[in-house]
This record gives sequence, structure tokens and C-alpha cells, in this order.
Amino acid sequence: MNDLANGRAPLVTAGAANGGPASALPKAPTGIAGLDEITFGGLPRGRPTLVCGGPGCGKTLLAMEFLVHGAMRYDEPGAYVTFEESEDELAQNVRSLGFDVDALVAQGKLAFDYVHVDPREIEETGEYDLEGLFVRLGLAIETVGARRVVLDTIESLFGGFTNMALLRSELRRLFRWLKERDLTVVITGERGDGTLTRQGLEEYVSDCVILLDHRVTEQVSTRRLRVVKYRGTSHGTNEYPFLIDADGISVLPVTSVALDHRVSDERVSSGIPRLDAMLGGGGFYRGSSILVSGTAGSGKSTIAAHFADAMCRAGERCLVLAFEESRDQIVRNMRSVGIDFSAHLASGLLTIEASRPSLYGLEMHLAQIHRGVGRLRPSAVVIDPISNLGINTLDTSAMLLRLIDYLKSEGVTAMFVSLTAGGKALEATEFGVSSLIDTWLVLRDIEAAGERNRGLYVIKSRGMHHSNQIREFLITSHGIELLEVYAGPDGVLTGSLRSSQEARERAATLAREQEQQRRQRDLASRRAVLEAQIKALQHEASTLDAEIAHESIQYASATDTIERERRAAARRRGGEESA
Amino acid sequence: MSIEGANGQHAGSQPDDGGLSAAEQHWELRLYTAGHTPKSVRAFNNLKRICEEHMPGRYQIEVIDLMRNPRLAKEDQIVAIPTVVRKLPQPLRKIIGDLSDTERTLVGLQLRSRSS
Repeated sequence: MNDLANGRAPLVTAGAANGGPASALPKAPTGIAGLDEITFGGLPRGRPTLVCGGPGCGKTLLAMEFLVHGAMRYDEPGAYVTFEESEDELAQNVRSLGFDVDALVAQGKLAFDYVHVDPREIEETGEYDLEGLFVRLGLAIETVGARRVVLDTIESLFGGFTNMALLRSELRRLFRWLKERDLTVVITGERGDGTLTRQGLEEYVSDCVILLDHRVTEQVSTRRLRVVKYRGTSHGTNEYPFLIDADGISVLPVTSVALDHRVSDERVSSGIPRLDAMLGGGGFYRGSSILVSGTAGSGKSTIAAHFADAMCRAGERCLVLAFEESRDQIVRNMRSVGIDFSAHLASGLLTIEASRPSLYGLEMHLAQIHRGVGRLRPSAVVIDPISNLGINTLDTSAMLLRLIDYLKSEGVTAMFVSLTAGGKALEATEFGVSSLIDTWLVLRDIEAAGERNRGLYVIKSRGMHHSNQIREFLITSHGIELLEVYAGPDGVLTGSLRSSQEARERAATLAREQEQQRRQRDLASRRAVLEAQIKALQHEASTLDAEIAHESIQYASATDTIERERRAAARRRGGEESA
Repeated sequence: MSIEGANGQHAGSQPDDGGLSAAEQHWELRLYTAGHTPKSVRAFNNLKRICEEHMPGRYQIEVIDLMRNPRLAKEDQIVAIPTVVRKLPQPLRKIIGDLSDTERTLVGLQLRSRSS
């Protein structure tokens, strides 16, 4: 806890962060996670601190932890004077938080005294003082050599005695007495109407006042702690959420406001190769924060599941915090898209913690995340969804900022799933966390031609080249498939519009091919006809040739015949003529 | 229960817790002090006077100095000083202050009812 004590508290105005004059004031660490950071080291040593708040706000527990941690870790024994619960009740109450008070008492590190004042059995008959209380306190302190004292709740004295003036002067004497002994004291007080405490105890305790608050907003309870006053030292002035669980009190957050976390150039795959390609080829940066936002049913959880699956496949631990579905439901649903979580669960790489978002207050969830990260040391955390985590208030977003910051400082790659309510701008993140997000994927429904299709685009991704295209994606039985965008002359088309366009194009191609074939056939047949004609003409030519030959033969023979006949005639005539 | 205007006489006849009449009861009282202070001296003197008046010979006063026996403060749940504890007769009663208000002391010891 000492290292935490030296760390800076969150969201403290600059300048106050490094102690400076604060270190001059000696402090007694409470050992309560987070509180020592807000107070820069603990409660003022040797002085009283008032812890006030309504019933059930955790005053007694805080006081008890202060003593128990003091006795166990800081070698400062403590004395606990209770005015409300008997020692047995008190020990029993804190035993449930894992503090073995009886053992500490046996070791002489803690002393208890139950001061019970019952006005029904007391009659005031004149002058008196509260020396008996001093004697008892003195005895308890002496028994263990206490350095720390708790008075819980000293206001009960006001119900037991009627002489208020005397009581107040005795209280003043008591605080002087405690200061003289250099004891670090925690005094608890019930919150009054418009005042910090019912009996104005703050009047006596001017060094440090811590206010605890337990309020219920929309049926969800949240606990807050605020350091109202801390004289002589700087302190965190915000209201800090805190929680009480099996480990006692922890005040959130345990993070630093400084932007000094180391960054990594290493990439981790999103589990979807084409998405990796959209992100410049490698996926997300290790240790970065990824926001996946989108409307209901747009496939956010499936994207997250792919990521978790990819981390586990790479042999790294992944913590999934689910606020919408149970573990088995997630395993079953993801199996339907081809992601088998059961093997990762069995190997211990994957941890799914599912709880109803409304079951606890927001700070409980945040603490659960803190503890989960602290225990499992995962490489990646998936929170599905953050939009369910709390009421949309300022402190919700402040807490989420701190959570993101915490995960970054731990080098954990974090994926946050955020549901965008219908009708809201897709770019509107409910918590204003976008400034801390490194990579932001938006899933949107593209409605056209009577159907809904899924589109994905990268709004931003720091430090890497990323695609500016809207990709259509399908959720198939083997996971998410990003499709090539159809970017034709009619713009980007998705779904059946894209496929009908593609069909139309296929038909047109086919028609062109058929036309081509037809024309080829046509030409071929024309050529064939031509060839036939050529053949016919050739035939005709050869017939003519034959005719020509025949003709010449006939002519010759005719000529011959004519000659012969002429000669014959001449012969016949010649006898007469030649004679 | 209480003896009205008893003045030490055996007037009461109602049976008490112990089955004895009030007049026969034995009174066991403890006076807690823290050191020898004027208040505690006054308280002792007042207590003794009242006892002599109301239960002569039937009372016992034990003075406990918490400075010497601080543990008894815890055991007997003492906060204010001085405190007189009526151990007997039952039930246990506590009276705080120097007992200078005799009326209230008598009420506290249940020797007189509150209304009177």
C-alpha cells in the first residue's frame, strides 16, 4: 500500500498532486485502498479525524479497517471504543470481512471497550463528569500501547445524559486529552439534518473530516466518499465512489490521472482478417482501447467475441465481463457463429464474468473489473456493454474515464461494447468516452429496399492507417465475414440490392456473350453459304470448261465433215469443171 | 414497590422481588469515584446521609476508586463520575452526580416514585 500512497490521486487539480507542503504533515496510512491516495498518505497523525455519514454508510467499517490495518501492517496497535454495538457484535460484523479481531485482541494489538449508556437506568442527581470514560479509554490504550483510537459513535453519549453543556465541555476535554497523547483518532458521527453530524461534532474535530454517503439512484445504490476538509494538506476534493465487499472498503479509483502510460507498437488481431486489413493490416494496438458501438442487433457482441477468441487463440488471457447474457448463453450463441469458447474456458485463458448491471451500483462493477484485472492479469478485457453499466450521469462518465485510464495504464487491450439507443446519432457515445478511445468501430444498419443489412466502418483509429470504407458484413455460421464493398456507378450497394445489381450485371454479361456467339454463328453460316456458292460457281466453271472442250471438238469434227463434204462435192463437180 | 414517605419506619408491607418486605431489604450500594475529588466526597456524604435516613443498619456502601481499579469501570459500565450503583435490591439502578439533589436521588434509588 505504500507504493499507492506515494502515487498520485486521480483527478486532483494540477500542482496539488505532488504533495509539496503536504509531506510536512505526518500522516497515518489507513491501509484502505484508494483512501490513502485521496488523502496523500492517510489521516493526520496525532489528530482526530471525523468520519460522518448516514446510517449504514460504512463509518464503523472504515474505522475498524483503520485500526485493523494499523495493527497488522503498520505496527500501530489500536483501541476501539464502541458506543453502539457490543464487542461481540462488532467482532462478528467484521469477521465476515475477513478480519480476525479476536486474534488481534489475543496478540495484544487491539483493545475493545463497549461503553453502554442507557438513560432508562440512570438518574442524574447533581454535578458529575465523564471521568469514567477517560479511565476506560486510558485503560484500553494502555493495555495495548495504542497509537490509534476509534470512538464509534461518541454521539450516543448525547442520548444518555441530559446536561448538554457539561457533555460538550467534557468532549472538548476528551479531544484535548487525546491530542496530548499524540493519538491518531477516528471519530464517527451520524449525519444530521443539514449538518455534518447531529451533535455538531465537527466543531471539535477541525483537522480532517470525511463524509460518507450512501444514496440510491434509480434503485441502484452507490456509496460515495468525500474528504470535506483536511487542514494543512492538499487532498482530492471529489466525491469518490467506494464499495464494501468481501475484502472490506475500497475507494475508487486506484488510477493515476497522468497520461504517462507506456504504449506499444505491437498489434493484436481483431480475429477478423478483413477487419485487420481495414486497420492498416495488423489489427489493434496492444494496450489500446477499442469502442464498438452500434444499434441493437448490429453484431457488436459477435465482433467482441471474435476478438476474445483471437486473444485466446494467441495464448493470451482474456476477461469478458458480460452484463447482458449469462456465461452459458454466450458460449451457446457464439457457437452458432462458429466461435467455440468452451475450449478457452477449459484452458483457463478465457474468463467470463456475467452479472446483471442493475444488481450492484456502478462502483461495484468497476471494482469488480479492477479486482478481475488485478487477479487474472489478462491481456485483454471485453466489457459488453458499457452502456448498461450505469445511469447516464456525469460521475458515471468520470468513472468510466478512470476505468479506461486504469486499463491503459495496465497495458490491457480493452474492448468496450456500447449500445447506441435507437434514434440517437451513431457517433454519440453516452459517456463521452470517445476522447479516450483509440479505435472506434461503428456498426450500423443500412436499411434499403425493405431489408436491413449490417455495415461496419472505422470512425477513427489512432496511429494507424485505416480504411474509410463502409464494409458490409455478414454473420455466418463460421463467424463474421466482411464483404467487398460494391461500389458501382449506382453508389455503394448492400444486401440484396448489391446481389440484385450483381445479378443484373451477370445477366447483361450473359446476354452480351450470347449475342456474340449468335453473331459468330451468323458470320460462320454466311461464310459457309459463301463457300457453297464458291463451290457451285467452281462447278459451273468446270462445266463450262467441259462444254468449251466439247464445243471445240464438235467444231473440229464439223469443220472436218464440211471439208470432206466440200471435197466430195468438188470431186463430183470436178469431173465436169476441171475437165 | 417503593416506600412512600417511609421515614425509616416499617410502613411498607408490599412484597418485593426478594419476597421480603421493603423494610427488611438489605441494600448493597457502590459508589464509583476517580480519585479523591470534592465531588466524590460530597457524593459519599450525601449517600451516607440518605441511607441513614431511609435504611439505617440495612445498607452497605462500597467505594470504588477507578484510578486504582480501572478495570471495574469497564465491567460495571461506568461512564460518569461519581456514580452510585444499586446492586441490591434488584433491579440494578445507576445514579450519577454528587447526589446533592435529594429528591432525584430518592427517585433514582426507587425510594420514591417519580411523580411525587
